[in-house]
Amino acid sequence: MKHLTEEELIAYRDGETTQREAIAEHLTSCTACRTELDRIEAVLSALDSLPVPERGPEYGRGVWQQIAPRLPEKAGRGWRVWFEPRRWVVIGAMAAIVLGAFVAGRWSKPKDPGSPAASVAQVRERVLVVAVGEHLGKSEMVLMELANATPPAPGQKQINISAEQRRAEDLLDANRLYRETAKQDGDAALASVLDDLERVLMDVAHSPQEVTPAELETIRQRIEAHGILFKVRVVGKELQEREKTTNSAPAATESKARERNKA
Amino acid sequence: MQDREAVQTAARESDALAVERTLAGERDAFRGLVERHSQQLFRLAYRMTGNEHDAEEVVQEAFLRAYRNLGQFGSRANFGTWAYRIAANYAIDRMRQKRTEDARRQTPSALAEEQEQDPLDLVPDERPTPDRLAGNTELRKKMEEALKELSSSERTAFVMRHWEGCAIEEIAAVLKSTTSAAKNTVFRSVQKLRRALEPYVGARGALQAKAAGAAPEPRGTQL
Repeated sequence: MKHLTEEELIAYRDGETTQREAIAEHLTSCTACRTELDRIEAVLSALDSLPVPERGPEYGRGVWQQIAPRLPEKAGRGWRVWFEPRRWVVIGAMAAIVLGAFVAGRWSKPKDPGSPAASVAQVRERVLVVAVGEHLGKSEMVLMELANATPPAPGQKQINISAEQRRAEDLLDANRLYRETAKQDGDAALASVLDDLERVLMDVAHSPQEVTPAELETIRQRIEAHGILFKVRVVGKELQEREKTTNSAPAATESKARERNKA
Repeated sequence: MQDREAVQTAARESDALAVERTLAGERDAFRGLVERHSQQLFRLAYRMTGNEHDAEEVVQEAFLRAYRNLGQFGSRANFGTWAYRIAANYAIDRMRQKRTEDARRQTPSALAEEQEQDPLDLVPDERPTPDRLAGNTELRKKMEEALKELSSSERTAFVMRHWEGCAIEEIAAVLKSTTSAAKNTVFRSVQKLRRALEPYVGARGALQAKAAGAAPEPRGTQL
């Protein structure tokens, strides 16, 4: 039997392996692997010595006192409420309004209110537009690289996607911030695309560093299933145009996004 | 053993009742749930965020979110597990947010200063004992730094698996990933911690092997 890999030893220590007996038997006769397991154990035991500050029996009462004033009168009934038949009428009407507003926003021209508050909002929006545009460009690159990753050479069982994975993890943080900002600004369409993008980036970030061709195919299918590359391109293009509009017409304020969400 | 199971069952039933009463409009019924599960949530939140202030915020926010979304909670019998998952998810968000804020604040000179190491720090500590480890503030600092270096997913996976003893399926649910990806994240976290801490923790196994007079075999060869 070959020496055990680090992954096998960690899984064994974790109680996560199916080959427990074979590994235990190997460990009784192999000093090198036993030493390696002891080293892993030493690090984990050291980490176990890290203390967690004590919270006394009164802690729960303190938490309740802190949150009680902030609790609404009634606990949320969540999604169950949305399944009540009368809600469907409201949902249908809301969907029609949102769709109408979206279409109207696409075809109407920006207005010019010319107020100072509007120009502050415009500067803020321009900064956001540039930053989100760059973010979408970077995200598109990562997803494109994954979608077009070179198939493995014959005999090669694993494909290393650790570089894409690291970039996806970095992009996740920024994505979350932009999504929140878009939501606060009432740009529902952009927030929705960023929400979809976040799911895909999360999938990539949580995949193993080395994947089999079948696993890579699953990742690609997830990217395709969300249609995210297409959405990212469309919104990226729209942001470019929005940037041009805000640059060439400083007086023009309200964005298309605002217009389509206003109604 | 039977006693403990009976206590757990009673607690679950009591949780289920408190959830029903809260949903029926008795806001104070939620208090029992908060008092019963706060300690457990704090322990998880502290291990994930690494500081008391953030941990307390996570605990409070988790209960607020649980209250607001109580209707979504399908299985009445496991409120503790559900609240635990909400806390873990919020702690991940909090860690990511903090990391972005820290990265923005960090100036290049401050970064260089931080990376300068005392040469003495690099001398391996070869014979750790539990007492010595607990009292070794330098090692503690290194461990905290190594945990900070993990990505938020890795830290979550490590905390839930090694300190909280959660099943891989539970970790996968929090990370919104597959079980094999979650398993891999646990492995990656241990691997990174090992690389970062082994020089300071020392190799207990190697020392034991030396003491027994057995030379370790070179790895990567056939037996």
